[in-house]
Amino acid sequence: MKITRNKVYKFISVVIILIFAFLFTFPLYWIITGAFKPYEAINSLTPEWWPSEWVTTHFEKLMSNRKAPLWELHIPFGSFFSENGKPIVFWEGPEAPAAIRWLINTVFMAVTAMLLTCVTAAMAGYALAKKRFVGRTVLFTLIVCAMALPKQVILIPLVREMSDLNLYNTIWSVIFPAVGWPFGVFLIKQFSEGIPGEILESARIDGAGEIKTFINIVFPMIKPGVGALAIFTFINTWNDYFMQLIMLVNSEVWTISLGIAKLQGEYSTDYGLLMAGATMAAIPIITVFIIFQKYFTKGITMGAVKG
Amino acid sequence: MTNQVYTKRSRALVRRETTAAYLFLLPSLFFFVVFVIYPMIMCIYTSFFDSTMGREDIFIGFTNYVNLFQDEIFLGALKNTTIIVVVSVPAVCAFSLWVASVIYDMKGAACSAFRCIFYLPVVTGSVAVTVVWKWMYNNYYGILNYVGTKTGILDTNINWLGDSRFALWCIILILFTTSVGQPIVLYVSALGNVDNSLVEAAQVDGATRFQLFWKIKWPQIMPTTLYILVITTINSFQCFALIQLLTSGGPQHSTDTIMYYIYYMAFTLYKYGYANAMGVILAIIIAVLSAIQFKLAQSNT
Repeated sequence: MKITRNKVYKFISVVIILIFAFLFTFPLYWIITGAFKPYEAINSLTPEWWPSEWVTTHFEKLMSNRKAPLWELHIPFGSFFSENGKPIVFWEGPEAPAAIRWLINTVFMAVTAMLLTCVTAAMAGYALAKKRFVGRTVLFTLIVCAMALPKQVILIPLVREMSDLNLYNTIWSVIFPAVGWPFGVFLIKQFSEGIPGEILESARIDGAGEIKTFINIVFPMIKPGVGALAIFTFINTWNDYFMQLIMLVNSEVWTISLGIAKLQGEYSTDYGLLMAGATMAAIPIITVFIIFQKYFTKGITMGAVKG
Repeated sequence: MTNQVYTKRSRALVRRETTAAYLFLLPSLFFFVVFVIYPMIMCIYTSFFDSTMGREDIFIGFTNYVNLFQDEIFLGALKNTTIIVVVSVPAVCAFSLWVASVIYDMKGAACSAFRCIFYLPVVTGSVAVTVVWKWMYNNYYGILNYVGTKTGILDTNINWLGDSRFALWCIILILFTTSVGQPIVLYVSALGNVDNSLVEAAQVDGATRFQLFWKIKWPQIMPTTLYILVITTINSFQCFALIQLLTSGGPQHSTDTIMYYIYYMAFTLYKYGYANAMGVILAIIIAVLSAIQFKLAQSNT
């Protein structure tokens, strides 16, 4: 009797969760199918649940909407020497649809932020967990407090700072604050606690220097943590719309999310075009997420284990 | 003599260790101090100034703060933000706990499939999600009105985002779908780590499913609940993209939130000092709430 009641409860719960799962995937389904529906289907009073006809007109419109050079390489710190404080471009790519450029910008931004975060956080997290040094407690407290504060409150001073550094309106103004965000250090610190002290000790006795110890012994041990942090940073930077919105002004430096948001301002009811843009923004990041899902889940749960 | 040598050596060791530690910390500290700590200090500092574009800042003491609490739009935004937090935080926590409790003991593939699905709206990104919801909410072509009127739930089409009675709730609904992903992942892992010997002992003693949950599992997942409460609260306070892209705070300021108002003040009206004062208030509110949640959770366990 008891077992059957449990089973009934379980069965009903699973059914309800399946319904919710359907509702949660529906917007994504609507984005992708909407991107391929003809105008008449989109602006019809009876929605088409499955596109009766697949068209690519919206993608064509998106591609011809704006043009931009495919890439622009700057001379490092060139803005400090140029007369107007703008970056000096030394290599400009061929002209291409702006949406492609936005995608390239976004990938560049997310990958760079990811690499920088992983390297700096791996080093700092290890030192914080395994080294006894003056100011350790103070630093750790500062990091935890900074993490609890809303990121957005620092954005206004950040805009001013970036324009003082001639970085405003460049992709670096989005990358650097993402690297500075201390979550990564915290995550790796939690992960490095598990490194046995004896291993580090024996490495020291064998005469391995600090850097050698870090590269050959510590890094292989914290690799899963770094992997989790990498995918976490990648997805978060990709989707950090607010930061991109206030830092990036010219359409050549926009990211794909920002580009779509701006398109929405111009073509607020051209849902086909907007869905095509949303598809371009969402598909790459969802693919990355599904491939690295395991690491990602680990990163989330590790961050929650508070010391 | 030997003692002296020893302390000298260990002091040298400490010094070496400290130097090494700071060298490892240096790159990370650089970014942390320059792009997080410095702007934080500047945020507090500028909040005491009348600060705008193209002229020197003027020191005005607490005037920004005094003005804030006489600013009706700010108070309205505070009210809306509170509604969002009070509604969405418990809803997110309860829903994600329920989903997690059902899926956590499923087979690996099924469990991760569900986790993935509930995480999808987060990964999709707020812009893409907002764009499609705007279409679904549309007065004429929106699927919500279509389904509503076809099934007889709605008499006529509703202008969801244009009606001050519904707009805020529409935002909360989207916020809900983009918030439950992380808590579910956390709860699934917390429930998986619950000490099984206690559960079995309770089952032998004849505990009901209900008792088993509240008496055995709930206390053990308390730290996770606390963490989820804190991050969900912070996320709900920071609700911005949805507002900016869907309603811009309208109609009649019915969906203004603090975060959106800060943005509006700073980047439309260029009142930096005033906006920073709001940022400071927001930070204080979040810090106090986190502390309260922490205390509550501690006294419960």
